[in-house]
Parts: sequence; structure tokens; C-alpha cells
Amino acid sequence: MSTVYHDTKIENAKVELDNVGVTYGSKTAVSGVALRIPDRSVTAFIGPSGCGKSTVLRTINRMNDTIDIARVSGSVKIDGEEINSKSVDPVVLRARVGMVFQKPNPFPKSIYDNVAYGPRIHGLASGKAELDAIVETSLKKAGLWNEVADRLDQPGTSLSGGQQQRLVIARAIAVSPEVILMDEPCSALDPIATAKIEELIDELRENYCIIIVTHSMAQAARVSQMTAFFHLGDLVEYGPTEAIFTNPRDQRTQDYITGRFG
Amino acid sequence: MSVSAITGLALLVLIAAAFYAGRARAVAVSGDKPVRLHSLPNYHGYFLAAWTAIPALAVVVIATIVERQLGMSAWTSAALTAVLSVLAGLAGLSLARRRINTGFRARNHVERLIDVVLLASSVIAILTTVGIVASLLFESLRFFEAIDWRIDRFLFGLHWSPQIAIRADQVGQSGAFGAVPLFAGTAMITLIAMIVAAPVGLFSAIYLSEYAGPTTRRIVKPLLEILAGIPTVVYGFFALLTIGPAIRGAAEWVGDLTGIVALQNAVTQSALSAGLVMGVMIIPFVSSLSDDVINAVPQSLRDGSYAMGATKSETVREVILPAALPGIVGALLLAVSRAVGETMIVVMAAGQGANLTGNPFESVTTITVQIVMLLTGDQEFDSPKTLSAFALGLVLFAFTLVLNVIALRVVQKYREKYD
Amino acid sequence: MTSADRQSAVQKRLLKRYRDEARFRAFGIAAIVFALAMLALLIGSIGSQAISAFTVNELTLRVELDAERVDPAGDRSPDSLRRGSYNGVLQDALRAEFPTVTEREDLRDLFGLYTPLVAARLLNQVADNPDLVGQTIDFTFPISDHADLYLKGQITGRESEVLAGGFTISRADGRATIISEAGVFAAVRDAVRADLDLRADAIEARAERYETRSEAAGDAARSEQSSQDAEAARQQAAALRALTRDDGGDLELTPQLPSRLVRIAGGFVSVDAISADGRSVSGRILVDGDADTAASAEVLTLSVPQADRRFSDAQIAWTEALQARGNVSEGFNTWLFTNADSREPELAGVLGAMIGTVLTIAVTMALAMPIGVFTAIYLEEFAPKNRLTDLIEVNINNLAAVPSIVFGLLGLAVFINTFGLPRSAPLVGGMVLALMTLPTIIISARAALKAVPPSIREAALGVGASKTQTVFHHVLPLSAPGILTGSIIGMAQAMGETAPLLMIGMVAFIADVPSLSLDGLTEPATVMPVQIFLWSDGAERAFEARTAAAIIVLLGLMITFNALAVFLRRRFETRW
Repeated sequence: MSTVYHDTKIENAKVELDNVGVTYGSKTAVSGVALRIPDRSVTAFIGPSGCGKSTVLRTINRMNDTIDIARVSGSVKIDGEEINSKSVDPVVLRARVGMVFQKPNPFPKSIYDNVAYGPRIHGLASGKAELDAIVETSLKKAGLWNEVADRLDQPGTSLSGGQQQRLVIARAIAVSPEVILMDEPCSALDPIATAKIEELIDELRENYCIIIVTHSMAQAARVSQMTAFFHLGDLVEYGPTEAIFTNPRDQRTQDYITGRFG
Repeated sequence: MSVSAITGLALLVLIAAAFYAGRARAVAVSGDKPVRLHSLPNYHGYFLAAWTAIPALAVVVIATIVERQLGMSAWTSAALTAVLSVLAGLAGLSLARRRINTGFRARNHVERLIDVVLLASSVIAILTTVGIVASLLFESLRFFEAIDWRIDRFLFGLHWSPQIAIRADQVGQSGAFGAVPLFAGTAMITLIAMIVAAPVGLFSAIYLSEYAGPTTRRIVKPLLEILAGIPTVVYGFFALLTIGPAIRGAAEWVGDLTGIVALQNAVTQSALSAGLVMGVMIIPFVSSLSDDVINAVPQSLRDGSYAMGATKSETVREVILPAALPGIVGALLLAVSRAVGETMIVVMAAGQGANLTGNPFESVTTITVQIVMLLTGDQEFDSPKTLSAFALGLVLFAFTLVLNVIALRVVQKYREKYD
Repeated sequence: MTSADRQSAVQKRLLKRYRDEARFRAFGIAAIVFALAMLALLIGSIGSQAISAFTVNELTLRVELDAERVDPAGDRSPDSLRRGSYNGVLQDALRAEFPTVTEREDLRDLFGLYTPLVAARLLNQVADNPDLVGQTIDFTFPISDHADLYLKGQITGRESEVLAGGFTISRADGRATIISEAGVFAAVRDAVRADLDLRADAIEARAERYETRSEAAGDAARSEQSSQDAEAARQQAAALRALTRDDGGDLELTPQLPSRLVRIAGGFVSVDAISADGRSVSGRILVDGDADTAASAEVLTLSVPQADRRFSDAQIAWTEALQARGNVSEGFNTWLFTNADSREPELAGVLGAMIGTVLTIAVTMALAMPIGVFTAIYLEEFAPKNRLTDLIEVNINNLAAVPSIVFGLLGLAVFINTFGLPRSAPLVGGMVLALMTLPTIIISARAALKAVPPSIREAALGVGASKTQTVFHHVLPLSAPGILTGSIIGMAQAMGETAPLLMIGMVAFIADVPSLSLDGLTEPATVMPVQIFLWSDGAERAFEARTAAAIIVLLGLMITFNALAVFLRRRFETRW
């Protein structure tokens, strides 16, 4: 099935997907997905559950590699470089592409060690002072510094849900990624925490290419500049968020955003 | 066929007859319309069978206890038991049969009886514990009395040679019940076993849950389970036949090369061979418990770590193991408790000398070995030598109990955290 | 830090990280390989030991059941038959095979080829069929354990070489000299010399080690000791070298050297001297031959010297002769499965212990299964949430981890000393094992009950069934396969348990097969694992193989049980 593309000029495409398909064993999850995602902006993947939007998201940092039965086909490029090629190491790739999950998943370590985890394993800091600086900057960027500055040695799990999610975002940006993937980052949070995260996403947009999977169309409308609508494993429609929400061209997109199904 | 067998058969027939009598009676009082009964005819049958069985079995139990005191000839007492029990059964049957009528709530009676039987079964677990504690305590107190309440000498004495006490003129006088060599031997063998089992068990669990493909898992896991199912006496023989001589040979060879006397004097029944084989026995225990614990770590933590660009080993070391640590500690504590209480391997492979030594190539003795030594063979039950086995048993029981309670607590807490 | 800087920083560490990764992964593989290698070693070492115990060499003799000796009263009554001298009859039959053996000591060696206990079998055979008295029959019985081990090649290495060229034999005083005009014994002489040299080399090497140790030793006493050892070894080696020197005299073979037997003209000679020219050997006649000349001779070289084994050259010669005459045959060891324990390994079997195991496990099953299942039903379905229930729960979890030997102490103190139940009895053993396996059964039965979805209970209660009816009519039948599987695994566990049974005296030596009946429950018995323990301690070497064979039988039983459990689980597994 062919995708409807709104004619928008995307000059600075950070991530390019071409004919991407994923199968789990004999089951096809998504197929034929082609997208050009702009840098320094927020792109939202929307669609009903099981439509394959999270699966597509996980191709961008090769998280599907960790699932034994998953097979990815097609091409995914970041800055024009094919990431599915043998020469690309997923470990290195994931230092460039951060990811935030649905449920906050701080490690069973102190707040400090959570944020320092990435810089430590990748060897990005050459000393304690530098590491301290990275932790502080990351927590500040994630808007959490004021809340935790005096208790960095406490376990990350002692924070509230919204704080945990911001801690996880801080952890992701500590390795200064170029792309940040967010897989329904607010679905486990209350509205106040959600508002804070959305605010944060909006700020981060200035420096990163952010791709967010969301269930909530309102959220997509609030935070994203581009929107891709997925349905039953296909990319149905892709274009500027405003255009998708005000002037959907595919019947299915229209039905979804007007609440007929989903 | 013996009288008791005939009695048993007769009672079975009687109970079956009571069941059919009850059912027939119920159908009869309902005027062949069982619908009019409160309970199904079968329940009347069960009711009658129960009221026949209970008095009859009660008589058998009482008779068995009483006949020991009376000292009757075996045949007379068996015959008497037979007659009395059948009579008691018949009495119960006829009394209960009168209660059957259409309104009789036979089912409720039967169900109440079932409740009592179920509860009684459950209480047996408690009775077992009570029995263990009471018998160990009682016999230990008699032992402590025999050594003039010098419990300190028992717990902290350095010399163990209970044989001396068997001489009639020395009963209760001997100072040879110092259990420290036993504790030391137990500790050394347990340590060796854990040095083998902890890393091997843990690493196999990590490999199987994080690295191995489904095929490897499907083959290796049952093989490890076989290791767990092998009887301990087989491990003992393995240590005696294969590992002991091999270790001794290797130690002598190295000893001859290096001139280290401790190695030259290695013996076949050594702490090392017993400990090593015990470690092999405990591997599947550690690995399956650790496997459970590692699998309980939520997938989201793994995803979080991989998404940061961590390798598998970094994820395991930095995220999974810290998260699973309490559970793994609990598993290791349970393994220690198992090693401390293991008997056959050490009886067969560790030797019997109560040496207080730090040399794993020598033979040592353990708490369990001494219990076996003291209680096999002929000896009167009143000598402190025999009673000391129960004091050792008490120490063993108390130690493993404390370990188990702590371990179960730790594991429980851990489970709650991720449930 | 720019993006490129960061990339290079990541790249720089990458190699080390992947080395760590590979090392970690190798640890995992090594752990699994170690565990599996130990399993293979265990199975392999025990299995290879066991194989030899599954076959046995049997001796068949023509036995003349002389009426006067086997039936002293002459009335064929069982009483009279029982007083007969059956061992004497057997001894006569063996003497008839080797008429030249007359010395008392030699005769004792000869009769060592079988255990006198087999005479009881002959008696039973005659008592069953008194018509045999006066007849001559073929009687087959297991040959002695040493002879059996010899025939299986486990006592000594055995090399055979046939020499040709014509020999003459001269006999005198029980000794024989075999002369070969062709001097073919030169090869034997050289082999003996080479052997002596080899031994001398080894002893000299040891002496050297002693010397170095003497120099290295820290304290004077130890140094002195080592140098004495070295000196002694040097002398020993020199004595051996002296023997090999060709001084024109005979080369002597002592019992400390590998034996050489010469089979010639149907007889056996054990060589104790070889002439320096290799033309003749001489030695004791072990089995008399039937001619003074022969075309060929066979030299048997037995690598273990006679002084180092408990089976003499003469016994080896007789065994070889009996085998050559067709009196010895190797077959499946049925004795292992039809006999109870015995002091003589060749007659020891596992039947007694198997029946003991069956009786004990029957008691365990009869007690543990109903009590365990009832407890599980109570806790899972009926128990109110109160302190008693909590107590029971905690109790069961702790009982599951109490060392098994403690249950043995409980059985000894309570069942035997307080209740006065008999020692060594399967009844008490079964009761102790039942208490021990209860927690296992309860825990697995609860899991099986828990697996039945609540909807089934609600449906039954909804149509008006009482709580009890719901449980016994619906929940229990649905969970039965799971409960049964757990129970069978518990039984297999109990079947392999040894320690608690030692406490209640099931270690007695029991030469009778217990009766498979109610009465057998209170008679002394032993069980398979205890039998293994007893045999592993046996002084005779032949018990080693039998221990291994008993282990294979026990493992076979347990595997059968576990396979049954797996089968039941597969067959009746229900998923909701």
C-alpha cells in the first residue's frame, strides 16, 4: 500500500528510512516504511496499538537486534550513513541514538551513577571533575537538577515516576546523542508530570532530532512538528503535524484522528 | 497370611459393607425416591463408612500401644485386636445407621469430617518440626547433663574423641567432646564447595539466561537438572573412586616436584575431594535459583542498558547483577545450608580423622560425618557418646534453620520488589 | 566535545570493551563446560566400572554326588541331606581336574577358586531333587571374584607369545626344565633384562629427586631423611643392575618381577630361572603336562608381579587351564539380580535391597501422598488467613530445607526409642522418608492447585456445589496430573536418600531377601542407596564394580520414575 506524503521540503534530513520491514519469526510486523525525518525537530509516530510504530522506532537504534527472532530489512540511514550495514557497531550506534522507554527504568544505582552510566561505559569523561560536569549539565538539561542536586547518592528508584522519567532522559542525553527516541514516554505518568516532560521535549528540540511514539493525538499535536500515521504495519500518511491533523488525505487517518477507531 | 493382614482385610470389607449399607438404608427410608433425601445416598454411605472405620482404627491404635505394656504373646494380642476392632466397627455402624432418615444432613457431617482430616494433615508439618526440636533438645539436654553442663567445652573445645567415653569407668568424665574440629571441617568443606559452586552456578545461569540461544538452553538445562537428581551416595562413590585418587595423584606429583610436604602427604579421602564433589552437586542448585532470580529482573532494565550502548557483559555486571543481588545472596545462603547439612559425600570422601587443620589435602571430619559415626553400629542409647550425636544434630538444625530463615526472607523481599 | 571527538573516544574504548565481553562470555561457557564435563566424568567413570559387573565368569564342574557323602543317613530325608558334605564334593571335583596338586597350601589356593558358600546352592539343588544323589552332574557356579577379575584382565596385564622350534621337558621334584635347542628363550631373557633396567632407571630417578630435595630442605632432620631415602634407592637400583649383568649364570626371576608362565604340552610352568644362553628355562610345575616333548610353547607375561597381587601364579595357571578345557564361560551376571547381599562379591546381588526399596517407598508413598495432598488442599482451598495457617506455611518452607540427616535423628528418637518400632525396618524408613518428602509434595501440589483457574471454582459453586464438592469433584481431578508429577519426583528423591536411613539402622548386613509382604515391613532390610554405601566400603576389589553396577540400577530406577513424571506431564498437561 502506498503512503500519502504531504509535500514538504525536508532539507536537513537526519534520519532516512527506505522500504523498512520487520518480521518476528513468520509474522510481519511492518513493511515498506519510507520516511525522511528532519533534524532539530520533533517527529511523532501515531497510530492504534499494534500498528508497528514502536517497531519502526526500534529500527533506528537497532534495538531489534536484542530480540532473537526479529529480522529487519530495508535501509535506515543516519546522516546518510547506512546503520544496518555490518560495519556499524550497534554499541557505537546507540551512543549516537539515545532512547527513552514507556516505563521509567532507572537502574538500581544512585541518581549520579544512573546519569554517569553512559559516559563511563563509553569512556567519554577523562576524570572525576569532567564526569561531575557531564552529570550536572545532563540533569540541568533534563530539568531535574534543582530537585536532586542535594541527593545525588540516593537510588534512582527513590524518585517519583515523573522524576524517574526525567532522570532517564538525563541518562540518555549524558552521552550527547544526536537522535533521541522516545517510546510513549508519558503513558505511565500523571498529567502534571506529562506536562513537564512535554515542556522538556520542546526545549530539547533545539539541539536534537527527537522521534516520539505516542498514543495521544493531543500530545502529538502539542509537541511535534512532523507526524507519521501508522496503521496495521503500514505507514499511511506523513507530513507536517498541522496538515495531518487539519487536512488528512487518507480516509484511515481521518477516521483515526476524528476518533472513529483506535 | 498373618493375623494382622487378615484383620486389615476384614476391616476393609466391613468398611465397604458399611458404605453400601448406608446407601441402601438411605434409599430405603426415602421410599425409593432419593430426591426426597437432604443428601445424596452416597453421602449416607460415606457417613456410615466413616463411623465404622473410626472406632475400629481407634481400637487398633490403642491395642498396638497397650500390648507393648502387657507383654502378651504376639498371636493372642493380634487375635484380640482383630476381634475388638471388628466389634468396635460394628458398634459404630449400628449406632450411626439409626440416624439415617430423609432429613438427615449426611453431607454436612461428611464434609465436616473432611475438613477435620485436611486440617489434621496440615498440622503434621508442625508436629514434625515440634518432634525435631523436642527430640533434639531432649537428648541434647541429657548429653549436656552427662558432661556436667560444660556446654562451653562442647562448643569451644579443640579436641574431639568421643570413643574414650564409652569405657564404663569414664562415662560423663571425658573432656573429649570439643566440637571445634568438626565445625572447622564443616566450614572448610563448605567453603571449598561454595568456591566451586558459586562461580560455576552463577556463570552458567548468566550464560543460559543472557547469552545462550533457545536450542542451547533446551539441551543444557535438563543436563544440569540431571546433576541435581543424582543421589548423594553416588556423588560420594564418585569422589571415592575418581576424584579422590586423582587429586591425591596430582598433589603428590606437584609435591614431589616442589618438595612441599603438605602436598606429598595428600590422602585419598581429603577435604578437597569431598568439597569439590559437593560443589559439583550444588552447581545446579545455585544455577537454577540464580536463573529464577535473574529472569525476575525486568526486561525494561536490560532494554535501558542496551539502549545506552552497553554490551551484554556490561549490562549483566552493571545492571542485572546489582538488581538481582539480594536474590543471589539468598540463593547462595540456601546453597551453604545445603552444603553444611550434606552427609553422604563427606561420610564417604572426607575421611574420619578429627583433624584441626587448614590443609585441604588432609582428611577432616564434619558434623554430619560424626553423627553418622556415632549412631551406626551397636551402642547403648544412654552413653554420652551416642547422646552427643543429638547435640551435634541440634547445632546443625539450628544453624541451617537460621540460614534458611534469613535466605527465605531475603528472597521474599526481592520477589516483592519486582512483582 | 564535538560529535567527531565523541565518536573517536567511543571507538578508542571499543576494543577493550569487546575483549571484556569475550572474556565474560568465555567464563559463562567455561562454567557450563565444567559442569557438563563433571557430569560426563561421573557417568563415564561409574559406567565403565559397572560394565564389568554385568558379566560374570562361571565355572562348571562334573560333580559326583557320592551317596555316602551327601546323604549320610542314606534315607534321602532333608535332614540327612542337610548334614551332607557338599563342599567336600566340590573340592573333590576340583581336585579331579588337577590331580597333581597335593600340598596343603596348594590345595588351599586351589579351593580359593570358588567360595564355599556355593556349596549351599548345591545342597538346595539336591534337596529339591533327591534323585540326584548318586549321580554325576554338571554344576555351574560363579568363579571366585579374583579369578573373575583376572579373566576380565583387571588383576594384571597379560601378554602371550608363542615360541616354536621344538622343546624337550624334563621333570623332577615338581620342577620342570624346558630346553629349546634353538635358544628361543633368549628373547624372554632380553625382555626380563630390559624390564630390570627399566625398574632400575625409575628407582634411580627417584633417588635423584630425593637428593635434590635433601639439598633444598630447610631443616637438617628433613635433609638427613631425604638423603637416607636417596641412599636406599641407589642401593636398590644397584642390586637390580647386578641381576642384569651377563655373568654366564642363570638369570633369576623373583616374585617382585613380572611373572612368566610357560604353557607347554597342556601344562603350566612358572619360570624362575632362564639360562644365560637362552636355551632353557626352569621353574615350578603348576599344572602337569602330558608329554615330554612339544613343538611349541606359549609364554604368558603377567605385568603385575606375584608379590603385588592376591591371585597367585598357580591360581592363574589353574584358571587358564580350566578355561582351556572349556570349564569356564562368561555370561550375563544374573546373580547380581537374583541374590541378596553377601560377603563374597561373586554372590552379592541387589535383589534384597531392591525389595527393601520397594517396601520403603511403598510406605513413603502411602503416607506422604495423601497427607501432602490433603495439606495442599487445605492450605490452598480451605485455610482461613490466620496465624495457624501462616505458621504452617512458614513451617513447610523451612522443613523443605532441613538437612535430611536431621529427619533420621527424629526417626531414631521418636519412632524407635519412644514408640518402640523396630530398628532397620522399611516401615520406619518409609515414615522418615515420608516426613522428609512431605514439603516437596505439598509445594508441588499447591502449585498444581493454584494453576486451576478460579473460573472453574466459580462455575461449580454457581451451580450449587458445596465448597468440598467443588474441590473434590472439579479442582482436584483437574490438578491431578500436576500433583502426581510432583509426587513422583518426590518419590524419586526419597528413593535416592541414604543419610536418614543410616540413623535408623538400615545399614545392617542382611543376607536374606526380605519378603514382599506386610510382614516384610517390620523385618530388617536395606535399600538400594544404602547397599551402594555398604559396598563402596567393601574390602574386596570386586565390590567396586558391583557398587558401580548397583548405582546404574538405582539410576535406572530413578530415571524410570522421572520419565514417568515427564510422560504424565506431557500426556495430561492442560493449559488455560
